[in-house]
Amino acid sequence: MSDRVTNVILAGLGGQGVIKASDILADAAVRAGFDVKKAEVHGMSQRGGSVTSDVRFGQKVLSPMIPRGEADFLVVLAPSEVEVTRPLLRPGGLLLAPDFIPAAELTNQRSLNVALLGALSAHLDIPEGIFLEAVRAALAERLHAMNEQAFKLGRARAARTAAAAGVR
Amino acid sequence: MERRLLSGDEAVALAARDAGIALGTGYPGTPSTEILEAFGALGGRAQWAPNEKVALEVGLGAAYGGGRALVTMKHVGLNVAADPLFTAAYTGVTGALVVVSADDPGMASSQNEQDNRRYAIAAGLPMLSPADPQEAYDYLFRAIELSERWSLPVLFRMTTRVCHSKSLVTSRAAAETPRAPSFVRDIPGRVMVPAFARPAHKKLRAKLAEIAAFGETSDINTVTPGSPELGIITDGVCALHAAEASPGASFFKIGLVHPLPVERLRAFAAGVKRCLVIEEGDPVIADALRAAGIAVESKPEMFRFGELDVGRVRRILAGDLSTEPPLPKGKPPELCAACPYHPVYASLRKLDCIVAGDIGCYTLGVMEPYRAMDTCVAMGASIGVGLGLRHVLPPDQARRVVSIIGDSTFIHSGVSGIMEMVYNPPALGHVVIVLDNGITAMTGQQEHPGTGRTLEHEATGKVSIEGVARSMGIDTSILDPFADPAGFEKLLVEKLATPRLSMIVARRPCVLAAADIRGWEKAAEASRASSCAGCAVEDA
Repeated sequence: MSDRVTNVILAGLGGQGVIKASDILADAAVRAGFDVKKAEVHGMSQRGGSVTSDVRFGQKVLSPMIPRGEADFLVVLAPSEVEVTRPLLRPGGLLLAPDFIPAAELTNQRSLNVALLGALSAHLDIPEGIFLEAVRAALAERLHAMNEQAFKLGRARAARTAAAAGVR
Repeated sequence: MERRLLSGDEAVALAARDAGIALGTGYPGTPSTEILEAFGALGGRAQWAPNEKVALEVGLGAAYGGGRALVTMKHVGLNVAADPLFTAAYTGVTGALVVVSADDPGMASSQNEQDNRRYAIAAGLPMLSPADPQEAYDYLFRAIELSERWSLPVLFRMTTRVCHSKSLVTSRAAAETPRAPSFVRDIPGRVMVPAFARPAHKKLRAKLAEIAAFGETSDINTVTPGSPELGIITDGVCALHAAEASPGASFFKIGLVHPLPVERLRAFAAGVKRCLVIEEGDPVIADALRAAGIAVESKPEMFRFGELDVGRVRRILAGDLSTEPPLPKGKPPELCAACPYHPVYASLRKLDCIVAGDIGCYTLGVMEPYRAMDTCVAMGASIGVGLGLRHVLPPDQARRVVSIIGDSTFIHSGVSGIMEMVYNPPALGHVVIVLDNGITAMTGQQEHPGTGRTLEHEATGKVSIEGVARSMGIDTSILDPFADPAGFEKLLVEKLATPRLSMIVARRPCVLAAADIRGWEKAAEASRASSCAGCAVEDA
């Protein structure tokens, strides 16, 4: 575990499961023993508007909000939000856009949020087993199999991409 | 000791449960809404009031009775509750009264960004300002302690980022058992006729002097020594932004923002070369310190607007006044695709109505493609504003004026506007449209007195919106605008053409809440049927 705080922004539109995904990520980080903070804005944004959620974890996290342009990871669920949120990412940070997961490979498009979390998980210092525990804890049992499949799909794609690019 | 990831709102609810709060009441308002919902879910007695003034009065009564009471609202809610608040400062309480007011700097979901720390000064009440969910949990106990020690209501100022951020919270192992409520007669202390209020005001000021002395030594205000070059005085979530932006500085974090620990702050400021106040909203702390003759630097005026974050604090520290990059412009919120209000706004637009609007989801009727709202100011204001427009506009304009208000907003403060309408009717009459989707939709589907179900969706007494209007002699029609858009438009045209006072209740459940409402109503019906028929209200 490094001392650095890891900054993840999840973005999308109201109703896409952005907040759910950030809840899962934050819970996984807690389960992995990190200090965690998460921030988002409720209210107007729930009426189909843009939603972003900041998740920060590390040994000690201070502000709940990620300083502008300092996100290490930007996970975007809606194509329309990619360019809008790109300035939030630090130079050299990793963007995971919705097209990273081919729609045809998802059993249910509602699992895109968890599939992208799977992709993100390949880059984080949190064991896969802990992530899957958090996924299960956040969802009704009837959704477990579908979302575990989505998570693994995303994680496998990220691992392949990283291997191809020669980075971790 | 359990450690959990909680929002500030959830942390306040958990503390309320653990502190034995006897009654929690309030009116829904982002970002405060989840406190009472979570308190109810934890088994606490939580209820929605028709508005914040009533909520505060109910909480005050509970605290007069010796109970511990919690009242929650958003910042603008305290404007509504200000009347009882200011005099409750004189009467004090027997038990405990904590009033949560959740500010919304940056206006994520509000009509203004007023700084409610001003209320603590104006009313003369102590105010605590937690920085994160753990402090929200801990400070609620401290607020109760202060309230009971000085027999005063205590203000609890949260902000959007304190309410809605989540972080790890360690809760207390054992819950407190407060003393049982019991009435103690204290006529001079509770009946604020001038003869009793004059000494009560002096007593309040004496209490505040004692609380100020308490703040000078209490660990609720903390100093973290660091570089003597830079001292930062801060409160609330800004303390976290500042600690991240300038890790080496000396910090004075104020937990009790009113009354301020002025002498400790004076000593702190004297001990550092540069002393800067980092606060969100108005320069409340900076102004108070300067008035006390303490040389502190305040943030530049451009940072009065919007929330602070680490980046903006860095700019303040660097004296960087350059234009800030705009916030990402995402997709704005809009009426849900299947919202029952679409046909209403389509007609208002088509008929070129002058629309005095109100606060709720339906305010989104101001957006494209309708742009069918001309004013939106405060809860319930649509009716008075519509009447004022009708009174002065030339007839060809006056007869196009419509007031439009939601069901929860009507219950909140629309009713007194209807009384005004009856008492001072415009020459050409007036038309009020109540958009009744059967729920407080904007804040996330909360119940209200018009739904006939409690905060926890159980059957209770129900206020009839049309019943209220008809009892005042208003010509009232009810219809579903979504099922019959042409019928709605025809009715509106007809009502606009008469010089009478009319109300159209456009009724259809919120598309997001409809399934839940059906479920709650089914359960409520069953419980109504099982209790003595016709006595359900008395039983509830």
